Amino acid sequence: MRAWKLKRDWVTGWLLLLPAMVFLFAFTHIPAVNSLINSFYSTPRGKRAAKFIGLDNYERMIGDPVFWKVLGNNLWFAMGTIPASVGLALVMALWVNGRLPGRGFARMAFFTPTVLPLIAVANIWLFFYTPGFGLFDQLFGGLFGWSSTNWLGSPDTALNAVIVVTIWKEAGFFMIFYLAALQAMPVSLVEAARVEGANGWTIFWRITFPLLMPTTLFVSINAVINSFRLVDHIFILTDGGPDNASAVLLFYIYEIAFKFWETGYAATLTVALLVLLCLLAIGQFFLFDRKVHYK
Amino acid sequence: MSGIADVRVAGQEIRLEHVSKSYGTGLAADDVNLIVPAGSFTVLLGPSGCGKSTTLRMIAGLEETTDGRILIGDRDVTRVGVAQRNLSMVFQSYALFPHLSVAENITFGLKVRKVSRAERQRRLQTVASVLGLEALLERKPGQLSGGQQQRVALGRAIIAEKPVCLMDEPLSNLDAKLRHEMRVEIRALQQQLGFTMVYVTHDQVEAITMADQVVLLNGGRIEQVADPRTLYARPATMFAARFIGTPPMNLIPASALPVEALPRGTRSDDMIGVRPEALILDASGPVRGVVRSVEYLGSDTLVDLDVDGALVQARLPGQDMPAPGTLLAFGHGPDDLHVFDPATGRRREGGVVETGLPRQSN
Repeated sequence: MRAWKLKRDWVTGWLLLLPAMVFLFAFTHIPAVNSLINSFYSTPRGKRAAKFIGLDNYERMIGDPVFWKVLGNNLWFAMGTIPASVGLALVMALWVNGRLPGRGFARMAFFTPTVLPLIAVANIWLFFYTPGFGLFDQLFGGLFGWSSTNWLGSPDTALNAVIVVTIWKEAGFFMIFYLAALQAMPVSLVEAARVEGANGWTIFWRITFPLLMPTTLFVSINAVINSFRLVDHIFILTDGGPDNASAVLLFYIYEIAFKFWETGYAATLTVALLVLLCLLAIGQFFLFDRKVHYK
Repeated sequence: MSGIADVRVAGQEIRLEHVSKSYGTGLAADDVNLIVPAGSFTVLLGPSGCGKSTTLRMIAGLEETTDGRILIGDRDVTRVGVAQRNLSMVFQSYALFPHLSVAENITFGLKVRKVSRAERQRRLQTVASVLGLEALLERKPGQLSGGQQQRVALGRAIIAEKPVCLMDEPLSNLDAKLRHEMRVEIRALQQQLGFTMVYVTHDQVEAITMADQVVLLNGGRIEQVADPRTLYARPATMFAARFIGTPPMNLIPASALPVEALPRGTRSDDMIGVRPEALILDASGPVRGVVRSVEYLGSDTLVDLDVDGALVQARLPGQDMPAPGTLLAFGHGPDDLHVFDPATGRRREGGVVETGLPRQSN
């Protein structure tokens, strides 16, 4: 009787898990495993079925100069967006956490970019960057007398222009996490530090910042993932150009898979991206682990 | 050998002159005038929302005063920042830094003020030995019990050897036994170290047992400033009379008592205060009432009496258990009646003389 009841509990449990698991497997796990398998096969074309080619796709990837170019771009993109957006988020959170007239408005203003779709954001910035009459050219031209610059059209500035848009988009989102963490922090800690003679700078570096470490870890892992994941705006702003100057890994995967229909090679690139992301996430945990204090 | 003598400091006097604090429309402190003598243990006592914490935080500089002046050791600190007021503080929640070890917590202020490492270590050893924290120095606050956390907070307060120490309900998070121990310990520490202590509590037992001087606050105003004995024996207001003592002092309309029992000069609309423990069973006594209910407390018994319509509580010694409905008569000592003017709530002096019946000596 007891065993039967236990078994029934077991069945109920799995039935409850089933709907979520179906979707998780159908859209995440099976495609991921399929990608791994496909990366060892050639791309099927017409009547020619995919055939096992071992590591040929991986050899091609290692010999592909565009792959190294977009990987380098992606690292530059990550280095440009992660520290800047996280740092900016922290500064904004500290600012709107304090007593400040119009605090609600400031919070809303900082969070607005997060609510906007990335495509819409990219369209707004497209106008800012327009050579000649865009906001930046008008501003810099008026202030410093700079000549008109094609921010998105020149290989030197295209990627940086995309980075700026990403920071603008992401900082407000990360700010929310910092703001929540700041508000959960007991006021008496800061007061105690003030009584002990600490100034604002010391309080930040010795108390506030260390106590925000769990948030910083969370936010920076998200920032790393986003730096490999956010490509929507590249389609609008530069379409990866000029000469792949602003293409990142995921953008390149999209082009290979859905423009050139080389799904086998695209699967290989996808596996490379997944491995890279896993390594980064694990590395971050180890790097931060000692410095993070969890209550 | 390092010890208490190494951390002795000279306390400083604190003076509040016409200090007020308003939040929007409400007054948290209303024209507070107070002198905290140097080296004294002064307790700010009162019910929730009486302004005691606000007053303490104004002394600390964590709140700005709306009006008035605050002086610490003859220096006007009204507009001086927290860090420059040269005081230490223990918070109700202890406010220990959770990511720092006990040692780092205690020496935080010294490090901020760039005291040398050797000096920090020396003082840390002294304080740790005084508070019995030697074995815990490497732990994080999260690994400590409530009592140990309290000690760390005390350590952080005394290591700087500041002349003034402020405490905001430091014992309210401890259990009863520990609270008693810490009460004794904090009092001993203050007397040995010699700093001026301002201590906020809503617990009259803490106030009575620890204080040199109790400041009783109500609604942002000072009701009475006195040593614990005076506060108990001669409450200045009806509020003080009711707030101090368990159970609180009885307040009986003068009209409910026989005229000959009243102190000379009592008006018929005055309120007469008498403590439950001051009422002594006496068949010829002036306070007569019918027993309504009886509460057995072990060491004594609490009786609720109906004295001409007024509820009066009396504490009977021993195991007497009068049945409800019994008529009892009580006498009292010559100084045990307190006369209050109900219009102002203040004590009326010059009334209580030999009208009370002499205490029975059996």
